Amino acid sequence: MSVKLTSRQVGDVTVIDAAGRITLGEGASRFRDMIRELAAKGNKNLLLNLAEVSYIDSSGIGELVSGFTTVTNNGGSLKLVGLSKRVKDLLQITKLYTVFDVYDDEAEAIRSFTRVAR
Amino acid sequence: MGGCKRGDIERGDIEGTETELESNLQSVDKAEAIVLQEAKKAGFDDEVQHQIGAAVREVVVNAVVHGNRYNRNKKVYLDIGRSKNKLSVTIGDEGSGFDPNAVADPLAPDNLLRQSGRGLLLARAFVDELDVHPRPGGGTEVRLVKNLIKS
Repeated sequence: MSVKLTSRQVGDVTVIDAAGRITLGEGASRFRDMIRELAAKGNKNLLLNLAEVSYIDSSGIGELVSGFTTVTNNGGSLKLVGLSKRVKDLLQITKLYTVFDVYDDEAEAIRSFTRVAR
Repeated sequence: MGGCKRGDIERGDIEGTETELESNLQSVDKAEAIVLQEAKKAGFDDEVQHQIGAAVREVVVNAVVHGNRYNRNKKVYLDIGRSKNKLSVTIGDEGSGFDPNAVADPLAPDNLLRQSGRGLLLARAFVDELDVHPRPGGGTEVRLVKNLIKS
């Protein structure tokens, strides 16, 4: 199964709900397209909900990083919420925990954008 | 299952399979499925099976994309050996060779935001042994070993 991505608006934050696998090929390119599209529309506060993501490979990790850079260069921020143990392990192995803002709770993640905006 | 099975092999107490795969991304799924079947037979639990599958995917992607460069005339060779205490998977390509020491360290602060270069790091993290060496006859071979720890 490839990745399924849907977005919803919570106040000033665009939450992207991802489900499935973010891997080389369709999964990673769908993710890339969505981030670019949202960034181009001017959405600056992006929260990626990975709760339903079962697996991310190195290409998927590359797309997360690329999305982070795109959004940051655009004056916004991309944060992560709902990581499974597998995905947390990936961020530990790749040291990307030091790069991404990671939250366990969506409400807390949403509030963190408000704090920065003010 | 796909792929061209070259046959079952038996070496003493080691059983396994040898498979030839095409140089395309479908082979990544095929290789994972074949290895997962063997990992299950060997008795690895679901989480360890996932780790072995993830390591195999990373190495097969490297073989297809960087080794064989999607060349339809080149194959990816998947050899699996299963004994009572470990699973070993060797993935070979017909590329122009590869020096793992020449890959930029993906954990160096300057490289953390690079888009690529993490495949071997992840594969290595998921198995007990990983070694890269030239493949006899040309290309690169990567051997992965996962030990079976019985509880």
